Amino acid sequence: MTRMASTTETMAGTSALAPPSLSSRAKARMVSVLLIAPLVLFLTLVFVLPLGGMLFHAVENGEVGGALPGVAAEMRGWTGEGLPPEAAYAALARDLKAAYGEPRLGEASRRLNYERAGYRALLAKTARAVRAIDRPQAGWTAELTAIDARWGEPATWAALRRASPSLTPYYLLTALDLRMDDGGAILRAPAEERIYIDTLGRTLWIGFVTTLLCLVLGFPLAHALVSLPRGFASVLMVCVLLPFWTSLLVRTSAWIVVLQKEGVLNGLLTRLGIVDAPLELVFNRFGLYVAMVHILLPFMILPILSVMKGISPSYMRASASLGAHPAVGFLKVYLPMTLPGVGAGCLMTFIIGVGYYITPSLVGGARDQMTSYFIAYYANTTINWGLSSALGAILLACIMLLYATVGRLIGVGRIAGIQ
Amino acid sequence: MSRPMPSPTRVLHYAFCCAMMVFLVGPILAVIPISFSSAGFLSYPIPGLSLQWYEKVLAASGPWLPALRNSLIVGTGTMALATILGTLAALGLARNDLPGRSFLLGLLIAPMVVPLVISGVAMYFLFARIGLTASYLGLILAHAVLGAPFVVITVTATLRNFDTTLVRAAYSLGASPVRAFFTVTLPLILPGVLSGGLFAFIFSFDEVVVALFIGGPEQRTLPRQMFDGIRDTIDPSILAMSTLLVGVTIVFMGLLARLGRGTGSKPGSNA
Repeated sequence: MTRMASTTETMAGTSALAPPSLSSRAKARMVSVLLIAPLVLFLTLVFVLPLGGMLFHAVENGEVGGALPGVAAEMRGWTGEGLPPEAAYAALARDLKAAYGEPRLGEASRRLNYERAGYRALLAKTARAVRAIDRPQAGWTAELTAIDARWGEPATWAALRRASPSLTPYYLLTALDLRMDDGGAILRAPAEERIYIDTLGRTLWIGFVTTLLCLVLGFPLAHALVSLPRGFASVLMVCVLLPFWTSLLVRTSAWIVVLQKEGVLNGLLTRLGIVDAPLELVFNRFGLYVAMVHILLPFMILPILSVMKGISPSYMRASASLGAHPAVGFLKVYLPMTLPGVGAGCLMTFIIGVGYYITPSLVGGARDQMTSYFIAYYANTTINWGLSSALGAILLACIMLLYATVGRLIGVGRIAGIQ
Repeated sequence: MSRPMPSPTRVLHYAFCCAMMVFLVGPILAVIPISFSSAGFLSYPIPGLSLQWYEKVLAASGPWLPALRNSLIVGTGTMALATILGTLAALGLARNDLPGRSFLLGLLIAPMVVPLVISGVAMYFLFARIGLTASYLGLILAHAVLGAPFVVITVTATLRNFDTTLVRAAYSLGASPVRAFFTVTLPLILPGVLSGGLFAFIFSFDEVVVALFIGGPEQRTLPRQMFDGIRDTIDPSILAMSTLLVGVTIVFMGLLARLGRGTGSKPGSNA
């Protein structure tokens, strides 16, 4: 009895300090979920939802179906060969009368104009003309063809048919320099219209070169920060962090002032007699690389540095005591241990670099603009949300593929700098 | 005993580091004297000293002070929202046995890896439909969602060194979970929370891409004003503003060093 009582007492006494039981663990897990939920909800509404909407805009195609519902339905039933039946002509005339003067007709015209140049004017002209016709004498096929001979051309109707479904591959194809011909086959765009693949290639290339330059400069710098004497290393660290924390626009404007034709560097070089005429150092690819490497270098240095800090010097001593030349020891022992940091640094540098918009638009030339430029251009200037979204979707796909691959290799925590 | 001669590779390493120091801080420092120039051209030698560009930047009628005010409004709102949501999420993520923890972390830091121009355009499309463009609220919401990952990361890093037995001790002494949080956990992780908040503020204070899309003329922020200034013609007033901002940066760096997180992932350069 006494023993039993004391056991019970011990249990009661320790319950507050005891390791959490299963139910309290479940409760704690519940609390964790509740703590994370507000940010996840916020992120879903303000970030995931807009991105999802953007991906949808890349294939959304409601304009023609919304403004010209009758003829859009006829187009779905039509084989696409030759010219459509009279019913389609009649539906088009009805739709044009109903939509005349409304903004939705303008949206449909703009959409059709992407498929075939001149469609906007054709629709405007036809819509005006059909209003005067109450009862067609010889059927709508003849009336419409009389208004404009293009209604007698299969290509005009093929374009309307391509633009009629509620979803379209048009923007994604355009963003990849492809198009669909009247027969539905996918072809490459005419040579003079191929710009987006080149732009994407240039974007990835600029990202790659910048990353490589950052690695070549950043790795020895990170190594200096852990291996050189403390005083020197801390001055060096301040030099890495000051630009890191300085506003991007401050740094960009500083580079323009230093590099431009009448700028600080050219002034210095001319006065020293090194060059006769000022060099073209900015508003071209060279200036872009200089500014981007300057801005992105810390993103390479810091992850490498955090890994190097964790590598004990005893490894190198061990390799030396086993007879390895310092260079061999460096290559075979030290370098492999820094790879997670190198991977995280390269990933961040590349991902941030390929997404750059501000820096290329300020220090690059006309031929150095990257995909971001076109994403912003179509969103803002020409209001072609579909193409803007398609270009964004393709760039995003490239980045996410890389993020997922590298994240799996070295862990998301390391990319974020937590581990 | 004389000191041994440094090896050639060591000399090379030092020389390389010195060159890199010039590359890293040279341009930022080189333009500062020009902001005190009495002339309007952007090169040396400076004909004379004057504070005219600072007077221009700080003039009450100029565009810079309203821009600064807007930046402070948006930055403060962003900091408040991102710090609260980010800290709560980091506390939740601190449990290692949370199911899907790695996925959640990946999701929460995703705004950091998506290019700002994509996030900005995507938010613009949605916000335009619900009337949130050209509003302070829209800009604050956008900046907060993009700035929250920095809070999550900073606080998570702080929590890794946090001794959870202290909380259990508080429970055993009869504290409620809420009381234990405010009297034990929060004071200990406060430096991390404050640095995270500062990161979020700096992100917003330096962000221009999303501000270009979401902000209207009424919400013109300081970076936006600078962007337009650089794109038109750079005159020394841009450099005067730059110099003031470098001064602010140095203050921020000092603050962060005191909070014990001088390095770490930095927001804002994802532009």
